[in-house]
Amino acid sequence: MCAARNPVAGRDGLAVLDAEEIRRALTRIAHEILERTHGGGEIILLGIPTRGVPLARRLAARIGEFEGLEVPCGSLDVTMHRDDLRLRPARALGRTELPAAGIDGKTVVLVDDVLYSGRTVRAALDALTDFGRPLAVQLAVLVDRGHRELPIRADYVGKNLPTSQREVVHVLLAEVDDTDAVLIEDGGQP
Amino acid sequence: MKRHLISAADLSRADALLILDTAEELASLADRPIKKLPTLRGRTVVNLFFEDSTRTRISFEAAAKRLSADVINFSAKGSSVAKGESLKDTALTLEAMGADAVVIRHSASGAPHRLAGWVRGSVVNAGDGTHEHPTQALLDAFTIRRRLKGPGGTATRGEGLDGIRVTIVGDVLHSRVARSNVLLLSTLGAEVTLAAPPTLLPLAVGSWPCAVSFDLDSELPKSDVVMMLRVQRERMTAAYFPSIREYSRRYGLDVARMARLPEHAIVMHPGPMNRGVEIAAEVADSARSTIVEQVANGVTTRMAVLYLLLGGTEFPEVTQ
Repeated sequence: MCAARNPVAGRDGLAVLDAEEIRRALTRIAHEILERTHGGGEIILLGIPTRGVPLARRLAARIGEFEGLEVPCGSLDVTMHRDDLRLRPARALGRTELPAAGIDGKTVVLVDDVLYSGRTVRAALDALTDFGRPLAVQLAVLVDRGHRELPIRADYVGKNLPTSQREVVHVLLAEVDDTDAVLIEDGGQP
Repeated sequence: MKRHLISAADLSRADALLILDTAEELASLADRPIKKLPTLRGRTVVNLFFEDSTRTRISFEAAAKRLSADVINFSAKGSSVAKGESLKDTALTLEAMGADAVVIRHSASGAPHRLAGWVRGSVVNAGDGTHEHPTQALLDAFTIRRRLKGPGGTATRGEGLDGIRVTIVGDVLHSRVARSNVLLLSTLGAEVTLAAPPTLLPLAVGSWPCAVSFDLDSELPKSDVVMMLRVQRERMTAAYFPSIREYSRRYGLDVARMARLPEHAIVMHPGPMNRGVEIAAEVADSARSTIVEQVANGVTTRMAVLYLLLGGTEFPEVTQ
């Protein structure tokens, strides 16, 4: 793991990725997506709220820059499909916005900030089936912190971050948090 | 949010906005190929209707089914209520069947409140006597927000109804819709005016968070929303106005009156309508009328209410 750096933006925790590193990771993922999907002609990027959505937009913008093609980009809220709804009070819903053309026959790339238990992705896969039948579903995450509880893996990973389950990983993005950083915090509540 | 929804007064501004925002997200469900979510799978919703209703019962049923809950419909006709079973015994029967939520409509004001003390699940008031009908107020607020604060979109999220002037017209005395709307709309920041003949206003109207006018025509040019109420002849035990014709002339919304409204104003009616009495057929069918939209929004809003009451952890047991 990275050496200790300064806490960012007044939040406790060690920065494991700074803005530059996040930018480079996303650039690499964008190239990988293009490579794996043979030019990205038939792909849709769907971000999982909250922070998956700006990540999906950034990836779409990068792919647009590299290849000059407009990649449809949307958001997929998975709250209603979660398996832990009854463990907490009912929570507010995020936005779901799918490209008007639908997802049938397309390659859907789900985008999220942190891959942890895999349960969010499981819920997202369920939610997707209600919208249509994609050709394939892939997963891109900025941070994979391990500790999977379901047989799910990411196709594109910004950074593999070995963590202990006591630790908390925060992803901060300029669109939501006014700054770009990935922080890791020891124990306690965020 | 509280565990029951009995009065619009139970909702804080934050609660009401949470319901409206949730409904806004659920509204897109109507455009999907599969109009169903798995969220309330395994939960049971009982529709307990002691009074006739078409749209409210169907609306709650559709809402619960779209969230995958099991729905049991109960109407007083043809049940043991006809044999003289009390509300409490009916409630205990439902309790034994394991209802997670009871949606109740009853002709007695306060029946849902009593029921809430007897059952473990959440109680949702779907209209009690002349008291309240909170989900109607929520769907009305949702309709107003969608129409007047920009359709759909993120722009309306978290936004109240601040500065919107709503005139509620007609039989306020017998209207549970009016009471719930006055409470909820004022919580959301709207300025509410009641326009009605003095005989059709409740005695305590002075304590309601709204203004009162006896002259509809002077209110129309400054209204963003006109909400017409049904003249509830079935609840009228005395003569409240000389004749239907006279009522219609003074408080009915006809084409000439509609022309006095500002350009953007909308016309609402909770239904069922008495066409030609409180609202002219041409007005009810005009582009300004949101009457059909209100029905569609009713399902969405009730889904939001059921999700927020039943979708999370069970509320801690209450001691009776």
